[in-house]
Amino acid sequence: MRRHRRTRGWAWVAPALLVLGVFVYLPLLQNLQYSVMKWDIYAGGSSFVGMANYEKLAGDPVFWRALLNNSAYAGVSLVCQVFGALLLAALVEGLRSERWRRALRAIYFVPSAISLTVAGLLFYFIYEPELGILNAALRGVGLDSLTQAWLGQEGTAIWAVIAMSQWQGFGYSTLLFAIAIQRIPQDLYDAASLDGVGPVRRFLQVTVPLTREMTGLMIIVTLSGAFQVFNEVMVMTSGGPNNSSQVLVSWLYRMGFGRNDFGYAAAIATVIFVLTLGVALLQLAITRKRRVEW
Amino acid sequence: MVTRTSLLGVVARTFVASFLLALAVVVIYPLLWMVLNGFKTNSELFGNPFALPLQLTWDNYVKAWNRGVSSYLVTSVLVTVTATIATVFISAWAAYGLTRMQIPFSRTVLALILGGLMLAPAVALIPLVKMFQALGLYNTFWALLILYVAFRIPFTTFLIRAYMVDLPLEIDEAAAVDGAGKARAFWSIILPMCKPILVSSVILNILFTWNEYLFAMVFTSGGDLQTLPIGLTNLMSKHGTEYPVVFAGMTIAAVPVILLFFLTQRYFVRGLADGVGK
Repeated sequence: MRRHRRTRGWAWVAPALLVLGVFVYLPLLQNLQYSVMKWDIYAGGSSFVGMANYEKLAGDPVFWRALLNNSAYAGVSLVCQVFGALLLAALVEGLRSERWRRALRAIYFVPSAISLTVAGLLFYFIYEPELGILNAALRGVGLDSLTQAWLGQEGTAIWAVIAMSQWQGFGYSTLLFAIAIQRIPQDLYDAASLDGVGPVRRFLQVTVPLTREMTGLMIIVTLSGAFQVFNEVMVMTSGGPNNSSQVLVSWLYRMGFGRNDFGYAAAIATVIFVLTLGVALLQLAITRKRRVEW
Repeated sequence: MVTRTSLLGVVARTFVASFLLALAVVVIYPLLWMVLNGFKTNSELFGNPFALPLQLTWDNYVKAWNRGVSSYLVTSVLVTVTATIATVFISAWAAYGLTRMQIPFSRTVLALILGGLMLAPAVALIPLVKMFQALGLYNTFWALLILYVAFRIPFTTFLIRAYMVDLPLEIDEAAAVDGAGKARAFWSIILPMCKPILVSSVILNILFTWNEYLFAMVFTSGGDLQTLPIGLTNLMSKHGTEYPVVFAGMTIAAVPVILLFFLTQRYFVRGLADGVGK
C-alpha cells in the first residue's frame, strides 16, 4: 500500500522532470561534449579536438573584449540597479502620499514590461545622430560639442547599450526594493526618529541592514543577467562597430550560426555556464547560511 | 533651531520630489516619443524631433499591420497562450507532488527542478538547435512552445510550490475523509485555493513569452512563425528609412504588455515579491 502510494507520487513530477531532462539538462551536458569537438561543415562530420577550442578562446581578442563588456555591464548594473535602486526605493517609500508612491513605482516599472527589442529599437532611434532626441537635446542646451554617433563609434557603442539597459531595468529592482522596505516594521523608523536620527542615518541604520536579503538576491540576479546579455546588443549594434560592443552570447551566436563553428561556440557557452553557475552557487551558499530550510 | 531644521526639511523634500518627477519624465518621454512618431510622416520625423505630429492619421499603424505585424501578433498570442497554460499546469502538478506526496529521492527531484533556475538558456543553445533539427522540429511552432515551457518550469514551480507549502495539510485530510482522490483534491480544492499565485504565474509567463528574443530568433526563420520581437527587427531591416512605420510597429508590440501590467498590477507585484523575496 505504502509502496503503491510512493510510486504514484512520481506521476505528479514526471512531466516536469521529463521536459527539463530532455530539453534543459541533456543539451547542457551535450554542450560540454561539443566544446571539445570540431565540425567539418563540408564533409558534415565532427571529430574530437581536445582543448583546442578553449585554447583558441584564450587567444581570441574579441572573446576577451566581450568578457570585458559583460563585466562593464555587470559593474554599471550593480551601481544603478542594485544600490541606486535601493536608494531610489527608499526615496519613493519616504513620500507622504500613498497615491504618489504607487504612481511612481508603476511608472518606473513600465520600461521593464516592454520587450528589450522595443526598448533597444527605441534607443537606437534616440541615439540616432539625425533624428534622435539625445543629440537634439544636447544641442538644445548648448552642449553641441558632446553630440556624436553614439552607437557608431567604438568608444561609445557598448556604453550607449549599457545606458539603455539601465533605463529599461531600474524600475524592476526599485519595485522589488520597495516591497522589501514595506516589510520593515514602522516602529523601527518611529523609534529612530524619536531618538533624533535624521533621514540619511535612518536609511543607513534601518533600511540598508533590513533589506540586506533582498540586496543580496538582487546582486545575484543582476550579475547573472549581465553575463547573459544578448537581445539589446543584437538590436542596437549587432556587436559592432568592429566588434567593440560584442558580448559573450552575441559572439557565441556569431561563431555558431554565422560561421558554423559549433565547437568554438560551445566553448564560449561553457564559459557562460561556469560564470552563471558560479554566481548561482554563491547565492546558494549565502542563503544556506541564513536559513536551514529549503 | 526648530525652524532651521524644518526649513532644511522642506528644501530636501522639494529636491527629492523634483528628482523623482524628473526621473518619471525620463521614463515616460521616450515612450511617448515612440507613440507620437508612429503618427508622423518621414519628413516630419527628420525635422524637429520634439515636434508633435501635424495630424493624427493611422496610416503608419495600418501599414505596419499590413506589412507583417498582424501575423507576428497572431504568432505571439498563440505561443504566449499555449506556452503559459502548459507551463502553469505542469508546474502546478509538480508543485502538488512536491508538497503533498511522498516521493522517493524527493530532495533530489526538488533540486533538479529548481536547479533549472540557475541555468542560462544560451548555454544549451547549440545542442538544442542540433536536437530540434534531428527531431524535425526546427523552425516549427513546437520548437518555441517546448523551449518556453521547459525553461519556465523551474521558476513557475518555485513560485507555486512556495505558496502550496503554506496551505495547511488539514485541507487534504478533509478531502480524504470526503472520499476524494488525490487528483480530485488537486483539481477541486488545492488548485482553486492557489488562485492568487496562479494568476501571478500566468502574468509573469505572459510577459516572458511575449518579450523573449534569443530562442525566437534562433529557432524560427519563416515569416509565419516569427513572434513580435523578431518581426520588429525584420520590419526595421526590410523597410529602409520608413521609420514611422517601425515606430507604429513598436507601439503595437508594447501596448498589450503595458496594459496587462497596469490592469493586473496587484497580482503582478505579488508574484514578483514571492518569486524573489522568498
